[in-house]
Amino acid sequence: MSGQAQRSIRCLVAKVGLDGHDRGAHVIARAFRDAGFEVVYSGLHKAPEEIVQAAVQEDVDVLGISILSGAHNTLVPKIMDGLAEYGAKEDTLVLVGGVIPEEDRPDLREQGVAAVFGPGTPIEETIEFVRENAPERR
Amino acid sequence: MTSGTAGNDDLLERVLAGDHRALARTISRIEDRAPGYRELVAGLYDHAGTADVIGITGSPGAGKSTLVDKLAETYREQGKTVGIVAIDPASPFTGGSVLGDRIRMASTVGDMDVFVRSMSARGALGGLSAATTEAVTAMDAFGKDVVIVETVGAGQNEIDVVKAADTVAVLVPPGSGDSVQTLKAGILEIADVFVVNKADREGSDRTVRELREMIELGEDGPDASPDAGDLEERGGWSPPIVETVATEGEGVADLMVAFDDHQRHLAESGDGARQARRRHAEQIRTLLREDVHGLLEEELAARGGVEELAEAVRRGERDPYAVVEELLEPLERRLAEREAGSPEPPR
Repeated sequence: MSGQAQRSIRCLVAKVGLDGHDRGAHVIARAFRDAGFEVVYSGLHKAPEEIVQAAVQEDVDVLGISILSGAHNTLVPKIMDGLAEYGAKEDTLVLVGGVIPEEDRPDLREQGVAAVFGPGTPIEETIEFVRENAPERR
Repeated sequence: MTSGTAGNDDLLERVLAGDHRALARTISRIEDRAPGYRELVAGLYDHAGTADVIGITGSPGAGKSTLVDKLAETYREQGKTVGIVAIDPASPFTGGSVLGDRIRMASTVGDMDVFVRSMSARGALGGLSAATTEAVTAMDAFGKDVVIVETVGAGQNEIDVVKAADTVAVLVPPGSGDSVQTLKAGILEIADVFVVNKADREGSDRTVRELREMIELGEDGPDASPDAGDLEERGGWSPPIVETVATEGEGVADLMVAFDDHQRHLAESGDGARQARRRHAEQIRTLLREDVHGLLEEELAARGGVEELAEAVRRGERDPYAVVEELLEPLERRLAEREAGSPEPPR
């Protein structure tokens, strides 16, 4: 009615699993904020179901998962299944950041992960990717 | 997912049926002021009004999120479902924000019957308090038994936000007398319950004593508070002081008793109805402001934007008063035309 629609890209930056390295997640959360996104940060050591709960309730456009423990092959599918259970899989842009071996990446893509950003990815590249690929909806 | 307003009926039905994703999406539409969100909220209103709405505010680091977490846990133990709206400030420069309250809400993780939603102040004109009230309405209509609104008590904006609640708890950390002094600015009036959190720390006795003095001063002295009318309006409710140690869950049960007492007071004294009327009046005003603001922006855009007008003033060709008068004239006409339906976009 008033034509004042105020769209802001919402992101969940999630640390899943047992690794305690959150420097990267903090840097990403900051950079996303400075790019004008709304960022929900999960905190450390989250279980996949906690990530799903947060992603669904916060209705995020983007879910960025940071994994440095090497357990991505078990953790990511659990998160993707959880999202699907709540009908949130198709319109959430899921990104994975961290140390992900090249040979594991096609599998993650298959699961529905939109992109994998390894160490050394320029932060601008990630932001640009989000801007271009954040789901059009509502 | 359908776009625009087409999905609204469907969304409303799904919210009422208890679909979490639909509730989340509804709150997004409210936040975004997405096309058709008002019809959606209007539909929700018919199904709301049963939840107990509790506001929690206090200075940064007072322990709000931890306390909210413990409250949610205890409500769940009683078999009640809980909705939480956590509000964080947004950067006025980029509009971005980091919403971190979820981190400290760990007791109820994996329990979908605790619905936590983080919202940021997007700097809209009174928009945050309106959006908060609407988000609370959505959770209420969804069927939550208790809805908790949590925000930093930093400024007028935040004070307005917690007015979405029936019962407002103000958290005071123990320690310097300054903490009580700073509360005076507007927060005494909104507290239905005072919580001295971290009560195991040194200085908490003194903080309780100072609070008690402040409350009594406000009640006794006829000139003690410029808002004496407000005190009368409280219908004899004197805010209790509850001591808690949120990290240990101590005092949480006492706090819930205080909430129940206040809810009963609201029902019996008629204060609840008065509060609700005030809230609805505020909502009506906010919606009106939003609409008028929208029309003004359209009018400004139609005239080449505010920059050009400002430049004309700078060059001394115009004065701001004449500009405003000229801008408002067609707006008034437009408002009359609105009777017929939604406003046409500018030519």
